[in-house]
Amino acid sequence: MMARKVLALNGDEAAAYAVKQCKPDVIAAYPITPQTIIVERLSDFVADGELDAEFIAVESEHSAMSACIGASAMGARAYTATASQGLALMYEMLFVASSFRLPIVMSVANRALNSPLNIWNDMSDTMGARDCGWIQIYNENSQEVYDFTIQAFRIAEDHRVLLPVMVCHDGFVVSHSTEGVEVLSDGEVDSFLPPRDPVYPLDVEKPVTIGCVGVPEYYPEIKYQQEVATKKSIETIKEILREFNESFGRSYGIVEEYRTDGAEVALLTIGSISGTAKEAVDEMRAEGKPVGLLKLRLFRPFPIEALRKSLSGLKVVGVVDRHISFGSCMGGALNMEVRAALYEMKDRPHVMGFPTGLGGRDIRVEHFLKIIDELLMIAEQDALEEEYKVVGCRGPGCIGP
Amino acid sequence: METWEEVTFAGYILEPGNAESYKTGDWRSRQKPVINQEKCTFCLLCWIYCPDGAIIRKEGEVEIDYYHCKGCGICAYECPSGAIRMRSEMEGE
Repeated sequence: MMARKVLALNGDEAAAYAVKQCKPDVIAAYPITPQTIIVERLSDFVADGELDAEFIAVESEHSAMSACIGASAMGARAYTATASQGLALMYEMLFVASSFRLPIVMSVANRALNSPLNIWNDMSDTMGARDCGWIQIYNENSQEVYDFTIQAFRIAEDHRVLLPVMVCHDGFVVSHSTEGVEVLSDGEVDSFLPPRDPVYPLDVEKPVTIGCVGVPEYYPEIKYQQEVATKKSIETIKEILREFNESFGRSYGIVEEYRTDGAEVALLTIGSISGTAKEAVDEMRAEGKPVGLLKLRLFRPFPIEALRKSLSGLKVVGVVDRHISFGSCMGGALNMEVRAALYEMKDRPHVMGFPTGLGGRDIRVEHFLKIIDELLMIAEQDALEEEYKVVGCRGPGCIGP
Repeated sequence: METWEEVTFAGYILEPGNAESYKTGDWRSRQKPVINQEKCTFCLLCWIYCPDGAIIRKEGEVEIDYYHCKGCGICAYECPSGAIRMRSEMEGE
């Protein structure tokens, strides 16, 4: 095999480059930090004639999603990108996209939500949108952003799935960090991702009504159909990941294990913070501590079976959330979900949550070493005192600063 | 009625113009108009006032279309000869 081209791309540029190769028919987007570079690059590609797409410069994110819904409903391949307040403004239309079962792909450069105004990274935006019926994929670096943007279109458009996909990467940490990204040739992307084959394209001979009233006599049946499709999509996602891995020499899974052999305690991370956490795991391993790490790539649909398998046999799991679910029982959504998934398991591990890196607070190896110390203590005592503890915050009750 | 496996994909409506087969009269609650043909003078005020087009005009008489009538009572209120009365649904047609 010929060596592939390596380009210096930050996360946003990696997303834009992948989208260009996926040849969307319609891009409707509004710039918002830290996603802006994606929209800028794509509008350049269109203006320079490198990408034959309709670029709609909309007046808001609500309109961006609405335009994508219209385009996708008529059979086009539609794409948008957003972050933070933009995603919040889209919220109403997110449900419409998934309930219409439209294979829209959206990049999200994860950013905290106001207030106080904050442009930096955490996952308050997409975690808050976790019940909108979108598939959610979280990426650690530019390479993953590139690879999963391409796979997202395949997943979304697969006739067994037909659901919109959010491809998430951390704002600034990934979106603005330039890394070497091994890119596929246009031909390779074409062979992996054929043109969209819409099930109900706009056709005057076969008119279709989408988005009619769903009276109580029909609404539950339509919603349960959607729930079954979402849950079942996990098998198709695994299949597509396998095909991508085999075709292009990657090794992606929906849950990834790092140094879990013989581990008694493990961190469960999501997104770019996984890289820092791995450093801490390495340091602990060097001292002979039985520590491993699990990186969750897929949050929706939630990979219950894979997670149960990976977590069985562990004594303690520390779940690292990147947001706070205010007033919830477990600090963050990921921690809640992991705990719920393990509840019926015999010999389940203790699970403690660590909401961290809020609003772009830098989380370093030292923080993870403190978290791991806490996990090892829980393992020793075989008891958990607190459900969660915020990391990277000054003051009592938190691990700081 | 259809199960979740039988309803159309995402609730799409795949046949055009099917509003025609939608029985909106089952929204009616409690009461329905009944015509006393002997009192009816065929003035057609009910036919004009009915907001749902649920009065059917026939040769020399009018008939209520219960398939679409919502039971609002406007026809009975407007009828100058007292030929239309609102009756409980329980009384039968």
